[in-house]
Amino acid sequence: MIPDAITQTAPEGVLVKTTSASTQSVPVHETVTPGPVPASGGAQPPSAPRPRRLPSPIRPSAFGVQDVLILVAAAVSSLCLVWIVFYQLTSLSGGLGFLVCWYLGFLALTWFGTFQMIERQVATDRVVAVVVVSAALLVVALVVFIVAWVAYKAVPTIHWGSLFTKDQGNFQVSDPTALDHVGILHAIVGTFEQVGIAVLLGVPFAVATAVYLNEVKGWGSKTVRTVVTAMSGTPSVVAGIFLYSMLILTGVIGYSGVAASLALTVVLLPSVTRVVEEVLRVVPSGLREASQALGAPEWRTVWSVVLPTARSGVVTAVLLGIARIVGETAPLLFTAFGSQRLNWNPLAGDQGALPLVIWSDIRQANQVLIDIAFQAAFVLISIVLILFVLARIFSRPKGRKGGRTSRARPDDDDFMARIFLPVPIEESTQ
Amino acid sequence: MAIDLDLPTATPDRSAPTPIVITRDYSTPDRVFRLGVRLSGLGVFALLVAIGIFLFYQGWPAFQQAGWHYFTRSGFQTLGAHPSFGVLASLVGTVEVAFVAMLVGAPVAICTALFLSEYAPLKTRRSLIAIVDLAAAIPSIIFGLWAFFELQPNIVGFSAWLSRHLAFIPFFKVTSPPLNASIFIAGLVVGIMIVPIVASICREVFSLAPPGEREAALALGASRWQMIRTVVLPFGRGGMIGAVMLGLGRALEETIAVSIILGGSFTLSAHILQHGGSTISQLIAINFGSGGKLGLHDLLLAGFVLFILTLIINLAASAIVNRSRSGAGIDL
Repeated sequence: MIPDAITQTAPEGVLVKTTSASTQSVPVHETVTPGPVPASGGAQPPSAPRPRRLPSPIRPSAFGVQDVLILVAAAVSSLCLVWIVFYQLTSLSGGLGFLVCWYLGFLALTWFGTFQMIERQVATDRVVAVVVVSAALLVVALVVFIVAWVAYKAVPTIHWGSLFTKDQGNFQVSDPTALDHVGILHAIVGTFEQVGIAVLLGVPFAVATAVYLNEVKGWGSKTVRTVVTAMSGTPSVVAGIFLYSMLILTGVIGYSGVAASLALTVVLLPSVTRVVEEVLRVVPSGLREASQALGAPEWRTVWSVVLPTARSGVVTAVLLGIARIVGETAPLLFTAFGSQRLNWNPLAGDQGALPLVIWSDIRQANQVLIDIAFQAAFVLISIVLILFVLARIFSRPKGRKGGRTSRARPDDDDFMARIFLPVPIEESTQ
Repeated sequence: MAIDLDLPTATPDRSAPTPIVITRDYSTPDRVFRLGVRLSGLGVFALLVAIGIFLFYQGWPAFQQAGWHYFTRSGFQTLGAHPSFGVLASLVGTVEVAFVAMLVGAPVAICTALFLSEYAPLKTRRSLIAIVDLAAAIPSIIFGLWAFFELQPNIVGFSAWLSRHLAFIPFFKVTSPPLNASIFIAGLVVGIMIVPIVASICREVFSLAPPGEREAALALGASRWQMIRTVVLPFGRGGMIGAVMLGLGRALEETIAVSIILGGSFTLSAHILQHGGSTISQLIAINFGSGGKLGLHDLLLAGFVLFILTLIINLAASAIVNRSRSGAGIDL
C-alpha cells in the first residue's frame, strides 16, 4: 500500500523523501507533512493530488554576493579581453575608444555570465539595469564634474580685492599684475540690472497670462497656450536679433541694458508662464469653488485664494526663470553689446554682462583674460546654484498633515525651509 | 439662486416649475480683470507674431538679393560688388549637429529618466532628480567653456579613433586632418546639454504609467525590465517622442556652445569628424556686425529660417506631449 509507505515513517513536520519503488507512479518527490497524519490506511486513492513543493522562484530583484561576483568578473575579464584585443592582437588605440569597448565587453560578459549562472530573462534584466544605472551615473557625474571644474579653474586665480570692485577698463596686455587691476564689477552690475528689469517686466505679464490660461479661460486660451509652448522653444538668438531689428536697427534705442532686458523678457516670459500655469493647475478647485460660493468676485478669488495658495510654486517658477536667463549669452550679443567699462545706466550705452565677459575673453591669447573668463563663469554658476537651491527650498512640499513626504525628510531640511519660506510652516506634527 | 425641488409631498396641483435661466453677470472690477489678463494673453500671441513679421520684414532685402539661391548657396560674402551668400551649409550643419546630439543625448536621457523613475532608491531619488534638473539650469556658455577647454582636447583622440577604424562609414571619413572644432564635438556638447531637458519630461511621463498595470505585470512574474518594456514604455511612448522632439528643438537653436566650438567655415560636408562646419545660430552669432547692411539682412533672414524651423518642431512636439498627458485638475 502506498499510503502506508508514507505514514509509517513520518514524524511530525519532517520532509520525507519517498524512495520506495512502489511510489514511483506518483509524481511527487518531496512531501511536507504538516501535522500528524491520520492513520486511515487506504483512505486516500493513489492518484489523489498531493501538496507539491515548487522549485524556489528566481527573483531578478534579489541581488547577492554571487551577482556582485558576476559583475566584477565580467568587468575584469572584459578589461583583459579588450586589452589583449586592443594592444596585442590589433593595433587599435585611443583612451576613450578603449573605454567604450571595455564597457560594451562588460555588458556582453555580464549578460553571458548571468545567462549561464541564472537564467536568460534575469540576464536581460541585469544588463538593462546596468545600462540605465551607468547612464544616470554618467549624467550626475558630469554635472558635478562641470561645476567642480569651473570652481577648480577659477578659485585659485581670484584676486578677491579687485574682482568685485573693478572693471576691465584698465586692462593692459603687458601688465603682469593685471589681475590686481581688473575685475568683473561692470559685468555683475550689468547682469543684475538687465535680469532685474527683465523680471520686473516679464513676471507680471507671465502671471497674468497664466491666470488667463488657467482661471479665466474663454475664447483663444487654447491658441495662446499653444503659442506660449511654441515660444518657449524660440531660439534665444532669435529673441536677440528680433529686439535688434525692432528697436536698435530702427533707431528707437541704441545698444543698452534695457534692450538686453527686453530680449531676456522674450526668453523669460514663455517659460515662466508655462510653469506658473502648471502650478495654478494643481491648486485644488474646491478652494476656488468655496471662494466663489462665499460670493467673492473672480478677481478676488484669484488674488486672495488662488495666487496665495500657489505662492511657493510661483516663486519657484520665477527663480528658475531667473536662473534660465542669467546665463543667456546670445540675446545680449545684439542688445547689450558688452562694454569693458562700468556703466550704471541701463537706459543708454552698451553694458557688460557676465556671459559676455566669458564669451569675449575665452578665446583671447592672454592668460589674464582667460582667468577673468573663468572667474566670471564661477560667479555665474554660483548665482545659478544659489537660485536653484532657493527654488528647491520653495518648491518643497509644505503639507505635513498627511505625513507622506515630511516624515522621510531629515530635520535640517525643515530648518532651512523655515528660514526661507514666505509663510511659516504650521507646527502640526507632534 | 433658488433651488426648486419638485417633491411629491408638496402641493400636487402646482403647475410645472418655470426653468431658471442662470446667467453670469460680471461686476465691473471683474470685467476689468478679465480684460486685463486676456490682453496679456493676447500680448504673448502678438509677440510671437511680431517676431516672425519683423525678422521676415528685415530679412526681405537679403532674399530679394539672393532669391531662392539663398537656400542653395553657402557663405557670407555680403560686401563688395558681387555679394554671394546663402544658408545651405549652415542649415545642413544645424541638422548634422542636432542629429549627433540626438544620437548621443536621447538614449542617455531616456536611460536617466528610467533610472530616476524606476531604479533609483527612494531615499536618494529626490536629490538625484535635483542634480539632473540642475544640469538644465547650467548656462550654455558654461558648457561651451567646459567643452572648449576640457572636452575637446580629450575627445579629439576618440575622433581619430573613430575615423581610423570606422572610416568605411561615410560620416566618419576624414579628408582633411585637423579634428578639432568639428560638427561631431559640437553635437556631443549639445547632446550633453539636451539630456536634462529630455530626461525630466520623460521621467514625468514614465511616472504617469498606471500603477495597476505595473503591479499586474510584476504579479505575473515579470522582471523589472519586462515590466518597463510592457507597461512603462508603451504608456510613455507619445511623451517620449515629444520629449525627444523638444530636445531636438533645443539642439537646433543652441548658439553659444556651438559657436565656441565651431570655427565657422562654410564647407558643405558630411564628414562630421573633421574641422569646420557651421550652424544657423552660429552664423548669426559669429558674423553679427561684420557684413555691412546686406550682411545684417542676411543674418536676420537666417534667423527667420531658424525661427520657423524651431517653431514647427516645437509645435509638433508639444502637441504630442500634450496628447499623452491628461490636463485634469486636482479636486479637493
